[in-house]
Amino acid sequence: MKLDAKIPSGPIQDKWDTHRFEMKLVNPANKRKYHVIVVGSGLAGASAAASMSELGYNVSCFAYQDSPRRAHSIAAQGGINAAKNYRNDGDSIWRLFYDTVKGGDFRAREANVYRLAQVSVNIIDQCVAQGVPFAREYGGLLANRSFGGAQVSRTFYARGQTGQQLLLGAYQALEKEIARGGVKMYNRHEMLDVVLVNGVARGIITRDLVTGEVEAHVADAVVLGTGGYGNVFYLSTNAQGCNVSATYRAYKKGAAFANPCYTQIHPTCIPVAGDHQSKLTLMSESLRNDGRVWVPKRKEDCGKKPSEIAEEDRDYYLERKYPSFGNLAPRDISSRAAKEACDDGRGVGPGGRGVYLDFSDAIKRLGAKEIGDRYGNLFEMYQRITDENPYEVPMRIYPASHYSMGGLWVDYNLMSTIPGLHVIGEANFSDHGANRLGASALMQGLADGYFVLPYTIGHYLASNKFEKVTSDHPEFRAAMEGVRARTARLLGINGKRSADSFHRELGKILWEKCGMARNEAGLKEALQQIPALREEFWQNLTVPGSGDSFNQQLEKAGRVADFLEFGELLCQDALHREESCGGHFREEHQEEGEAKRNDDKFAYVAAWEYTGESSAPVLHKEPLEFENVHLATRSYK
Amino acid sequence: MSGTMNITLKVWRQAGPTALGKFEEYTARDVSPEMSFLEMLDVVNEKLVMAGKEPIAFDHDCREGICGMCGMMINGAAHGPSKLTTTCQLHMRSFKDGDQLTIEPWRAKAFPVIRDLVVDRSPLDRIIQAGGFISVATGSPQDANAIPIGKPDADESMDAAACIGCGACVAACPNASVSLFTAAKIGHLGLLPQGQPERYRRALKMVAQMDLEGFGGCTLFGECMEACPKGISIDFIKRMHGDFIWGAISERPEKAVLGSG
Repeated sequence: MKLDAKIPSGPIQDKWDTHRFEMKLVNPANKRKYHVIVVGSGLAGASAAASMSELGYNVSCFAYQDSPRRAHSIAAQGGINAAKNYRNDGDSIWRLFYDTVKGGDFRAREANVYRLAQVSVNIIDQCVAQGVPFAREYGGLLANRSFGGAQVSRTFYARGQTGQQLLLGAYQALEKEIARGGVKMYNRHEMLDVVLVNGVARGIITRDLVTGEVEAHVADAVVLGTGGYGNVFYLSTNAQGCNVSATYRAYKKGAAFANPCYTQIHPTCIPVAGDHQSKLTLMSESLRNDGRVWVPKRKEDCGKKPSEIAEEDRDYYLERKYPSFGNLAPRDISSRAAKEACDDGRGVGPGGRGVYLDFSDAIKRLGAKEIGDRYGNLFEMYQRITDENPYEVPMRIYPASHYSMGGLWVDYNLMSTIPGLHVIGEANFSDHGANRLGASALMQGLADGYFVLPYTIGHYLASNKFEKVTSDHPEFRAAMEGVRARTARLLGINGKRSADSFHRELGKILWEKCGMARNEAGLKEALQQIPALREEFWQNLTVPGSGDSFNQQLEKAGRVADFLEFGELLCQDALHREESCGGHFREEHQEEGEAKRNDDKFAYVAAWEYTGESSAPVLHKEPLEFENVHLATRSYK
Repeated sequence: MSGTMNITLKVWRQAGPTALGKFEEYTARDVSPEMSFLEMLDVVNEKLVMAGKEPIAFDHDCREGICGMCGMMINGAAHGPSKLTTTCQLHMRSFKDGDQLTIEPWRAKAFPVIRDLVVDRSPLDRIIQAGGFISVATGSPQDANAIPIGKPDADESMDAAACIGCGACVAACPNASVSLFTAAKIGHLGLLPQGQPERYRRALKMVAQMDLEGFGGCTLFGECMEACPKGISIDFIKRMHGDFIWGAISERPEKAVLGSG
C-alpha cells in the first residue's frame, strides 16, 4: 500500500482552483450512464447524492433508518462555521484555515483544511437558497455567534437545531431528486460489505432490514458517508444505531484506517444517572458563552448544595488555568480539565463524575428572560432529563464521546486507498486533525457533499474505463455468501449473553483505558481484554429470532462484532502514538498538565492496513508538512 | 431520589405486516424514575432476550428528541402523557409504582405495521417528494445576505421547520389526517422569500399527495397540535388551506417552454 495524498502543487490559495480546472469532466450526456452508490444520508451523504443527481449521475442512496431525514447529523445543535466576515471582526478564509489547523493540534492536512475554509462561504449561500431558516437580526440579515474556542463570530445557527435544519435542507434536495428519478433511495438497508472487482470498488452488499434479504448493488463508484465510530465507547452522544461497520468492512477490504485514536470527548454532556443509561445527551457548548464552569475547592464541600458553597470556596478552574479563553477553551482541553477535577475528588453529583455549569452570574447580568431567549430550549431539555431547573441550580455536566476525527484515509480527492471508494464527512479523517473545533462538523460534511465530491468523482469516472459487471460476478457472489454466512453464524451461537451486554463491557474498557487520558500500561491491558471479550462474544452471544425478518437484535449483534475488532485497532493506534495531541492525551507525555506533542517523531497521519485476522495491521505514514501555519505549541492560556 | 417502581405493560405484539397482532403483558420491575421510557423497554427486552424470546421491536435512534424515529401510543396518547416530549425523552418519573400502561404502534391505514411497534412511515417522505422543497440545484447562488428576511418571518418559518416528521399528528388525529405535517412544510417554505415562486404549486401537489396516500381529512379537532412534541401550531393548517385555495384558483397550465425541444 502506498499513500499518495495527491495534493496539487502551487500556493495553498490556488490549489483547489487549479485542481478544479485540471480535473477531467464527464460529458453531460454521459453522466447518466454512470451509477454511483452513496451509503449514508446525513449531511455528507444526502448533499452528495442530491448534488451528483443534479449533475446527471444515476445515484443510489442507502440509509439504515426509515427515512434519510433521521441521520444523526440532525442532532447537531450549535451551528456551522463560515468565513463570511459579516461581523467585520477580522475573519477571513485564512483565519478559519489557521484556526482549524491549530485547533486540530497540527495533525490535519493543510491543503484539505484550506479548501474547507474556502468553500465554507458557498455552503451558507446554498443553504439559504434552499430555505434553511437561519437565525436573523431585525434588519433581516443573518445573525452570528462566536462558538467553540473561536475569537471571531463566524457561526451561523438555527436556534439550537442547526444540524436539523441543514439536514432537512439536504434531505429536501435529496427528495426532490428522488421524485425526479435521479436518485433511488433504499431506506432500512444496511451495508454489510463493499465489493471489489480487480481491486476497484464496484458495489456493495446490503441487508434489507425489513425482509432480511441480502442484496448486491453494482456501481461504477462507491461513496461512504456513514459517520463516526463514537459509539465504540457504548455511552456517547451518538444515535443508538451509529456504527463503524461500513468503514470497518471497507478497512477489511483494503481501505487504510487513519488516526483511529483521535476521538473527541465533548465537555458539556449530561452526566450518567445510572447503570441503565443507554446514551448521553449533549448540551450545546454555546452554553459556555454565558455559563461558568466550577467545582468546589475542597473535597468535603462536594456533598453540599451548590448554593451553600461560598464564592471564595469555588474553583472556576477553566478561568483560572486559561485566562484568555476561560470557559471557551477548546473541547479537548475543557474535557481533560473536568476529568482532572473529578479525579482529584472534587466532582459533584452521583458518583462524583460531574462539574457545575453555572448561569447565575449571567442571569444577574442579563436577566432570566434574555438567558431564556438564548438557551431556553436547552434549559428545557436539561430539566426534562434531570428534573432540575438550571435557572435556579447550576447544571451538572461531564464529558462524553461525541465525534471521531479519525476515519478512513482519503487523498485530496476524497478517495480511499481502494480505487473508486470515496469517503466523505465524519467517516473520513482529513480535516480536523487531532481535535475538531465546534461548528466545524456540519461545515465539513456539507463541504464534502455539495462542493468537493461532485467535482472529484467526475474526475475519477472520466479517468477510468469500467468493464461491465453484474451481480452474478464471482466477487459479488462470494461477498453475498460471506454476509449470509456471518448472519447465520451470529444466529447460531445460542449462548447466554445479549449483544448489548458485550457492547457495554467493551465500552467500559475503552472509556477507562482509551478515553480522555491514556497510558501504556492501560492500553496494553485493553489490548488483552478486548480479544478475550471478542472470543467470548463469538461463543456466548445469543440472538433470538431469524435472519429473514425484521430483527433489531441481529442488527445490533453485527455492529457490536465490528466494534469488538475496531476497538483493538483504536487502542493499537493510541499505543503507538507516543505523544499527546488534541483528543489523544498520553499521560506519559505532558508538560505542567498540558498535552505535549512530539513533532519530530509524530507529525504524520497513521494509516493502518488490514492484513488478516491473525496478523497485526501494518502502519503506513503520510508525513504532514506545515508550510503555511507554523508548528507551534497550542496554547489557550 | 424516590424509590423504584413496578409497572405493568400491555404491549402490542405483531410478527409482521400480515400477521395478526395481540396484546401481551409484561412486568417491568425495579424501574428507576431516572430512566427514560425507552430505557425501561430496553430492560424488559434484555430479560426477554435472556429468556430466548423475541424482544419488543420499536423504532428509535437519537434518543434526544430530534430524529423523529421513535413514537408509540402510551395509554392512548401519542408519545405518552408529557407535553412537548417525544417517547425517548419521556422519563419514568412521569409514572408511579403500580401503573398499568398500554403500549401500541401508531394506528393509521397509511402507516402499516412492520413489526410490533414499528410502522412504515414512508408516505411522509413521498409527501415531501411531491413538493416539500425549493427547486435549487447545488451551485453558486447569490450571497446569503442578498435576501433580507424579517426576523418575525424567519422565526415563524423556523417554528414550522421544527417538525421532526415523527407522525404523532397522524396517530393522534381521529381521522388519521397528516395535515399538520404537510402544513408545517408548506408554512416553513411559504413564509420565506425563497419559497415564493413555488408556493401555490407546492400546496396543490403536497395536498394531492397526502390524499393519495390514504390519510384522512382534517376537521380541525386540534388533537395533532396537542400531541406534537415540537408544538407545531394548527394555524399552519389554516395557512395551507389558504395557499391551496389560492393555488386552485390561480393555477395556470404548464406551457411548453421555448427551446425545450
